[in-house]
Amino acid sequence: MAEPRFRPGDAVRVLKAYPLGHVRTPYYIRGHTGVIERICGSFPNPEELAQMRDGLPARPLYRVRFMQKEVWPDYRGNPADVVEIEIYQHWLEPA
Amino acid sequence: MKDQGKYQALTYFQLMEVSLRELLVEKGLVTERQVADAVADMRNRTPERGARVVAHAWTHREYKTRLLENGTRACEELGLDVPALKLVVVENTPQVHNVIVCTLCSCYPRMLLGIPPDWYKSRNYRSRMVREPRAVLAEFGLKIPRQTRIRVHDSTADMRYMVLPMRPAGTQGWSEERLAALVTRDSMIGVALAKEPRSK
Amino acid sequence: MIERGHHDMGGLPAGKVKPAEHDYAEWERRADALAVLMGGKGVTVDERRRHIEALPPEAYDKLSYYERWIVALTQALLQRGIITTEELARKMTQVERRG
Repeated sequence: MAEPRFRPGDAVRVLKAYPLGHVRTPYYIRGHTGVIERICGSFPNPEELAQMRDGLPARPLYRVRFMQKEVWPDYRGNPADVVEIEIYQHWLEPA
Repeated sequence: MKDQGKYQALTYFQLMEVSLRELLVEKGLVTERQVADAVADMRNRTPERGARVVAHAWTHREYKTRLLENGTRACEELGLDVPALKLVVVENTPQVHNVIVCTLCSCYPRMLLGIPPDWYKSRNYRSRMVREPRAVLAEFGLKIPRQTRIRVHDSTADMRYMVLPMRPAGTQGWSEERLAALVTRDSMIGVALAKEPRSK
Repeated sequence: MIERGHHDMGGLPAGKVKPAEHDYAEWERRADALAVLMGGKGVTVDERRRHIEALPPEAYDKLSYYERWIVALTQALLQRGIITTEELARKMTQVERRG
């Protein structure tokens, strides 16, 4: 099982890609930059499990924290409001 | 296994459920007993289980630390079976309010709290909670002041989430059982606060 | 339309949240149970989600939650060859005739 590439506190950007298939990285967050909040562990890839394959080797899953005012151009809450999403490592690159 | 009551023609989807179940039983993949047991098992999973966890955390500081560190293990510590649940518990404070959504489907800590309500699975909740949490919370009757930070958790992968609501004031010395009665399902999703103690 | 799945709705405009909830019917609880039991036999939640995501948008919107689930579970079992369309047709006809 590979070492996680990122650590809590790292700035990461979500890939701006729109592949077909079963994807658990929501559309609204693609291309956005956030910070690793924690490493959740490593799990079989759901994109592969959905295709009846075993999704192995397991890959690192992170919780990533994004500032709402960066995600939504018209966001009108507290500027410190955040949205936190679980994202698989292969959807992240260093920011 | 027919539904009791007045005879009504099955809908297309009810027909599919009956047919699927009978085929699977005929093929020896499931038994009617297993289906009945699984139904009963889910029925027993109710928000009261989460309320117990919350009340225990309110009254035991070190337990609360463990709960926030590893939600699953902390539930198991209290004898709650939560098979395959990977639970993350997030704590409300006067500075931070947490709320849970699954925009992609309707992931929910079922093994702890049971089946989620319809509105949690609805288009309107799933679409808007990530983008305008204050407006949606206001529709639930919960007004979060602007100076309080909101953390929205979109449950996209393997983790499941529960909010640890703030302990209401005026509950000093209360037993865990009495405290648990203040903890609603909605407060553990984050669309409500725990109930206030009724004034005597 | 293809680039963004119909299910992938976070951030899209939508109406007020109706605090609706209903007490789940027995057939819905059984549908849930079947999905859980078949999960124990390797039919993953991920496959079922893929089948739900493949529903036509109008069906996705109009079907209730467990109606979507039972369709998705059926599709998953068909794809795996656990049941066949022919078997399903025969069984559905038999059940309907029985009443």
